[in-house]
Amino acid sequence: MDAIEAENLVKTYPGGVRALDGLTFSVPEGTVFGLLGPNGAGKTTAVKILTTLSHADSGTARVANLDVRRDAARVRRGIGVVQQKHGVDIALTGRENLRLQGRIFGMRGREIEERVQHLLEQVGLEEAADRVARGYSGGMQRRLDIAMALVHRPRVLFLDEPTTGLDPEVRVAMWREIEQLRGAEHLTILLTTHYLEEADRLVANLAIVERGAVVASGTPEGLKGELRGDSVHVELGDGALDGARTALEGVEGVREVAVDGRTLRARVDHGARAVPLVLQALEARGLAAESVTVSRPSLDDVYLRYTGRSLDQADRGTTK
Amino acid sequence: MTALRHGVWMMQRHLLNLWRQPIWIAVTLVQPVVWLLLYGALFKSVTRIPGFHSTSYIQFLTPGIVVMSALFSAGWSGMAVIDDIDKGILDRFLVSPVVRGSLIFGRLLNGTVIIVVQSLIIVGLAIIVGARFPNAWGIIVLIVLASLLAAAVGCLSMALALIARREETLIAAVNFFVLPLTFLSTAFMQRSLVPRWIQHAASVNPVNWAVEAGRNAVLPGTDWGMVLTRLGLLALLTGICVALATRAFGAYQRAV
Repeated sequence: MDAIEAENLVKTYPGGVRALDGLTFSVPEGTVFGLLGPNGAGKTTAVKILTTLSHADSGTARVANLDVRRDAARVRRGIGVVQQKHGVDIALTGRENLRLQGRIFGMRGREIEERVQHLLEQVGLEEAADRVARGYSGGMQRRLDIAMALVHRPRVLFLDEPTTGLDPEVRVAMWREIEQLRGAEHLTILLTTHYLEEADRLVANLAIVERGAVVASGTPEGLKGELRGDSVHVELGDGALDGARTALEGVEGVREVAVDGRTLRARVDHGARAVPLVLQALEARGLAAESVTVSRPSLDDVYLRYTGRSLDQADRGTTK
Repeated sequence: MTALRHGVWMMQRHLLNLWRQPIWIAVTLVQPVVWLLLYGALFKSVTRIPGFHSTSYIQFLTPGIVVMSALFSAGWSGMAVIDDIDKGILDRFLVSPVVRGSLIFGRLLNGTVIIVVQSLIIVGLAIIVGARFPNAWGIIVLIVLASLLAAAVGCLSMALALIARREETLIAAVNFFVLPLTFLSTAFMQRSLVPRWIQHAASVNPVNWAVEAGRNAVLPGTDWGMVLTRLGLLALLTGICVALATRAFGAYQRAV
C-alpha cells in the first residue's frame, strides 16, 4: 500500500510562477522516499501541499489514504513535518517546545513527559533540554525540530531539506539519526534534498524533480544501473574553458557532458577507451587536463542524464 | 472547548516569551507611565481653559492613557505574527491539529493580560499623583473597554501581518492609523473644546468610544446606558475583527 500518493499536482503561485507542473509519484508504506532536485524545482511546494499547508490548483494528493484537501484535519493528526525553516520557538526550552507540540496532538500528563524525555534522549538533547533554544546550535535546533515532528508517533514523516545549512559533520550525524528512524514503527519518510549524496545514502526510492515534474524515478541503484558505462571527470588546467563542452561533441562513446567551473564531467560507454579520446579532443582545443578520474555512475550522472546539467549548476542557476 | 484550551497554551507561550525578555517587560510597563506623566505635565494648564469641566487634568487624562496604551500594544501585535512566520513557527502550527482561531485567541489573551497590568499601573500612578476615581467598578469597566478595543485592533494587525507578511507594511500601517486615531478622540481634550470636524470624526472612532465610555465610567455621575452601548459596539467590532483575522489564515495559506 502507498502511504503517499501525489497525482498530477499543479500549482501556480500568484505572479504566475508555476511551481508544480503535473507532479506524480507515490511512496510505499514503511519506506524512505527522496524527492531530489535543485532549489526551485518544486520540492518544497510538493511538501506544503502534502502536509495541508498549501493547496494545489489541480490534481489529487493522498497521505495515509486520506485526501489532503477533504480530510485535512485527519491528515494533520497522522503526519510529522520538519520544514525548511526549523519552526522552533527559540524563547522556549527544548522541553517546553516538545511539550507544547505533544499537547497540541492531544497528549496528556505522564504520557507526554515520558515521550518528551525519551525523544530528548533519542536526539541527544537531554543535557540541553531545559535551556532556552535561543542558545542551541543549528544542528541542535534541527534535532529538536525532528523530535517535535515525532512526538505524536506519526505514520508519515516529511523532512524538507533537513540538512540544508548544516556543517558537513553535523550533516553526517543527521543522516545517522534519519537512518535510525528508517523502518521504525512502519514509519514512511518523504525526504527532499538537493544533495545527491544524501539521497544515495538514505532513500529506498527517489524521484528527480525538474521544473515541477518528475523526470526520472526508481531506486538509486536502478537509476544508476540504467546508465550504461562509466563517468569520466576531468579537472582542467588554465585556458579558455568555453570550448571544453563543444570539444567533446562527436567524440566516439561520449554521451552527456557538463562543465562546471574547471570540472568537466562526461558519461561514456567505456571508461578506459574513452579517456584517451577525450584527452585528445581537449588537447586539440588547447585545453590541458590536470587530472582524470573514471568512476561508476553516481546519482550526479543520473541527474545530468535526465536534466542536461549538473545539480550544482542547476542550484546556482536558480539562486543567483 | 478545544479552541479555548489551545488558546491558553498559546498564551502561555507568548507570556513565557515576554517573561524571558526583561527589556520588553520594562518597555511595556514604563511606556504608559511616561505618557501619563509627560502628557499630564505638558497639558496641565488645560484645566484653566474656560468651559473645561474637570479640575484635575491627570484625572481627565488617565482613561485616555489607558486606552491609548492598549491601542499601541495591540497595533504592534502583528509584528510577533510576522516573527512567527519568518521563523517557520506558524507553518509548523498550521500543519498540526491546532485550532486556527486559537492562534489568534492566544495572542489576544496574552495582549489582555498585558493590558490589565499596564492599566492597573497607570491608574495606580494617577492616584499617587492626585487623581481620584470614586467609582471602583468603573476602573474594571475602563479596562474591559480598553481590552475590547485592543482585541479588535490586534486582530486587524494580525490579519494584516498574515496577508502582507512584511514588517515594513505593518509598521507603515500602524504609524498611519494609531496616532491619528488617538488624536481624533477626546483622549487629551474635552469634546466641547475641540473643532467640530474632530467631534464628528470622534463619534465614529472606536478609540473615542472606549475613551469616552471609560472616562464616564470612572468619574462620578456615570451614564450606564451610554457605557453599555459603547461596550456593545466595541464587542461587536471585536467579533467582526476576529472573524476577519481567522479568515486571513486562508489568504496566508493560499500565498505560501
